[in-house]
Amino acid sequence: MQPLIGDLSLVVFLPLLGALVLLLIPRAMTRALLISALLFASCAFLWSLTILGRFHAGMGEMQLVERISWIPAYGIDYFIGIDGLSLFLVLLTTLLGAIVILASWSTTDRVKAYLFFMLTLETGMIGAFVALDLFLFYVFWEIMLVPMYFIIGIWGGPRRIYAALKFVLYTMSGSLLMLVAIIYLATRNPVLTFDLLRLYDLHLPYEEQIWLFSAFALSFAIKVPLFPFHTWLPDAHVEAPTAGSVILAAILLKLGTYGFLRFAMPLFPEAALAAQPFIIALAVIGIIYGALVAMVQRDLKKLVAYSSVSHLGFVMLGLFAFNLQGIEGALYQMLNHGLSTGALFLIVGMIYERRHTRMIDDFGGLWKPMPLLSAFFLVVTFSSIGLPGLNGFVGEFLILLGAFRAAPFWAAGAATGVILGAIYMLWMFRRVIFGPLSRPENQKLQDIGAREIVILVPILALIVFMGVYPRPFLSRMKPSVDLVLQRIEAKGNRQQAIGESDILTHASRLTPHALRE
Amino acid sequence: MDANLTPLLPAAEVTLTALTVLLVDLFLREEEKGFLAWISILGLTLAAGMAFFLWGSQEGAFRETVLLDNFALFFTELFLGVAFVTILSSIHYLRETGIRGGEYHALILLSTVGMILMAAANDLIIFFLGLETMSIAVYVLTGMWRERVEASEAAMKYFLIGAFATGFLLYGIALIYGATGSTNLSRISFSLTQSINQQPLFLIAGVYLLMIGLAFKVGAFPFHFWVPDVYQGAPTSITGFMSVGVKAAAFAGWARIFMHQFSVVDHEWKVPLHALAILTMIVGNLLAISQSSVKRMLAYSSIAHTGYLLIGVVAGREAGGAALLFYLLAYAPMTLGAFAVLVALKNGEKDNESYDDFAGVGWKRPFLGMAMSIFMLSLAGFPPLAGFTGKFHLFRSAIVTGYTDLAIIGALNSLLSVIYYLRVIVKMYMEEGGVDAKPFSTAPYLYLAILIAFLGTVGLGLLPARALSLSGVSYISLR
Repeated sequence: MQPLIGDLSLVVFLPLLGALVLLLIPRAMTRALLISALLFASCAFLWSLTILGRFHAGMGEMQLVERISWIPAYGIDYFIGIDGLSLFLVLLTTLLGAIVILASWSTTDRVKAYLFFMLTLETGMIGAFVALDLFLFYVFWEIMLVPMYFIIGIWGGPRRIYAALKFVLYTMSGSLLMLVAIIYLATRNPVLTFDLLRLYDLHLPYEEQIWLFSAFALSFAIKVPLFPFHTWLPDAHVEAPTAGSVILAAILLKLGTYGFLRFAMPLFPEAALAAQPFIIALAVIGIIYGALVAMVQRDLKKLVAYSSVSHLGFVMLGLFAFNLQGIEGALYQMLNHGLSTGALFLIVGMIYERRHTRMIDDFGGLWKPMPLLSAFFLVVTFSSIGLPGLNGFVGEFLILLGAFRAAPFWAAGAATGVILGAIYMLWMFRRVIFGPLSRPENQKLQDIGAREIVILVPILALIVFMGVYPRPFLSRMKPSVDLVLQRIEAKGNRQQAIGESDILTHASRLTPHALRE
Repeated sequence: MDANLTPLLPAAEVTLTALTVLLVDLFLREEEKGFLAWISILGLTLAAGMAFFLWGSQEGAFRETVLLDNFALFFTELFLGVAFVTILSSIHYLRETGIRGGEYHALILLSTVGMILMAAANDLIIFFLGLETMSIAVYVLTGMWRERVEASEAAMKYFLIGAFATGFLLYGIALIYGATGSTNLSRISFSLTQSINQQPLFLIAGVYLLMIGLAFKVGAFPFHFWVPDVYQGAPTSITGFMSVGVKAAAFAGWARIFMHQFSVVDHEWKVPLHALAILTMIVGNLLAISQSSVKRMLAYSSIAHTGYLLIGVVAGREAGGAALLFYLLAYAPMTLGAFAVLVALKNGEKDNESYDDFAGVGWKRPFLGMAMSIFMLSLAGFPPLAGFTGKFHLFRSAIVTGYTDLAIIGALNSLLSVIYYLRVIVKMYMEEGGVDAKPFSTAPYLYLAILIAFLGTVGLGLLPARALSLSGVSYISLR
């Protein structure tokens, strides 16, 4: 017998269900609200773990597919599935979804609405990762905007309203054009359909591909954010509350890069190949620019925000290398960035909760009153820099490997970004954690407690685990990445691309081994 | 002479209800006038039931001047629903403002009759009769709150400009009659087909004049100047009724007359209408951004929505027709709901229509805040709400008929509209110090109306399949 609701749908909608349950709990019962929100978020996480268990590692195709007819006259289905590209992103979302609720434990301001938006946001994000119908994807893509808008606008800092509006307008300006492109694409198919897997096989003339790719790419590039579309990001990050920043950096931005990989590149391969030099150039500019700007920031949150611009530049570079290492590295780096930047924002939030300031100058010598936090901070900083043995290294290494084959000149530029990254992160770390404990306010700071340790430990564990043993991750990503590359090759009849990735598929069999040893 | 009166059944029933209301009004004391609302609601429900059972019939009456087809029935149901929600949301409003209940309800019902006739008319004269029945009733409704200067001003403005527009319309009808020898749309269409290459210039002039008259009624650029003043001056419950009902009736005319019967000469009228659609969207949205009153903002946004709807008219064919009908259906609950929330904010003498009055409403009245947010998000075109689904299909119709530019401009305009719709949400949730809205206990029916609109907005967004096929079937039934 067909179960009423599939496993994957359950993961998608458990948070939303939790949000609706919250509506029934009286506003004053803060603790009950928090506990039930955490319960639903954890259930979603546990359920996504069972999906990990059921996932066939050797398969590149969509798994756990569910399809229900939605608007039959327009060929729109509720159609979801998961593959190596989305699997870990979904897991990251559910993990952080639970963690941020735990991190918001001390919130007292309008807790009910806050948790409601957090949970609906989670549903939107998971939905966008698993949607295989373009219409459905667009619906989830836009649904995410609204709760994030409220979270920044209600619980944010002093310039929250400006930041929230900027966030929505920037994102929408891209996505509305994408909507037109989606409709256009669907009507170009002989049978009107929004089914992504069928649209993959549609071959469009080069001219049309360019237009459609531009619309999709603009929408995703704003979300990533690719230089020069990044200006909304620092505002949104600085104004958002801690949990909002974590979700924004760790997951929302990944939807942009994921969008490139899932939609823009395989749907319009020739246009994507044509855009390769431009996007690689923008990515590398973003890497260096983000790092340089991060270096001069005095606000911790702003520094982390600009470091995101830099890191996401790496991801874009990897994606547009159009080879296995590049894309695998990009996918890996998406997870790494989610974990390390998520943890950075959490740690900054913990410091802010105690000191109510985020200015680097206000700190110094924090290792003395807060040794535990400093230790965690150190590991996360190293992960963000890409220290060998931690996760960041694997991702950056693979990306640079792929990029050197595709565009050696730009890859060299990106490599300097790694050095710059080490400079600004370590310099920041030195100014905050080491040095003399000169300020009296900092002397009696409480170290992190049990709850905060519980928040950070799983992230730290993953950071180390992914650094020393990337194989279980890469082996699940590889078949799907291969499939994407095949699609691009099959449709993009450019000799160069085919020849290049042929070599790379051979070469790639060696690299993961090399990494494992 | 055939005496088939079936096509008129719903309209006749509503007329009868209106007369009953007027009659019963004479025997009621001032505090019992609330009863009239229930008579009206009963009448509307009965008419809706009739229309429901007539669904699928294809008949004509009075020498094919009035048609009973799914298209007419679709609009009949829509108008009845709009009148229903309007009456439900004004029960408390009437008590508060002292507007006389008898006339108010009778006029709403009569204007509904006019709308029904407009949708069913297959003859320009009948269409004109319906339009006038509707318009005159709405002119009076606009000025019903006599103590308010703005209301009188609005009614006067509306009347003068409406009469002006009627002049265009009538002149157009006369020219078309002169060129084709008939006012019957089917015959006009037939003779247009016959003389496809040699239409006299004054026929085209007639078509243009008719177009101008209808453009006035829907508030399309550059005939939109009356909209903000009239919408703002009219009693809030009537503004919602106008914004949805009058507009839908006029678009019924656009669909039946232009998209369907005049499709033979569409190369003549599509070019200017294409430009009008673009300008209407842009002007409506740009002006809406700079408003400080929510009611006035909704008036300008209503102009913008006229622009979106014109996309469907320009796109034409089944795709455009179905999308137009669906958008009108989707537009009804979100707009009526937004105006109903405005009614809920009214407090005695004070209107409380500015953005600042909305400050903090979301926290003071969670249901109202949530509903208003949903209406605003839907109007702005966020999925999965009715407004998004409606826009989606309008854009799709534009793309399949080769008007991709309209889809792109429409999409960019939605972005503009986000600015002012979200401002309401900003006020409701992110600022403090506005007024308090009426609680549920003092205005339960108003809350019921908002709930209906809320469910409609969400329902048409999440599960649009049935409504979509209904819109398609209705448009195809045109003949």
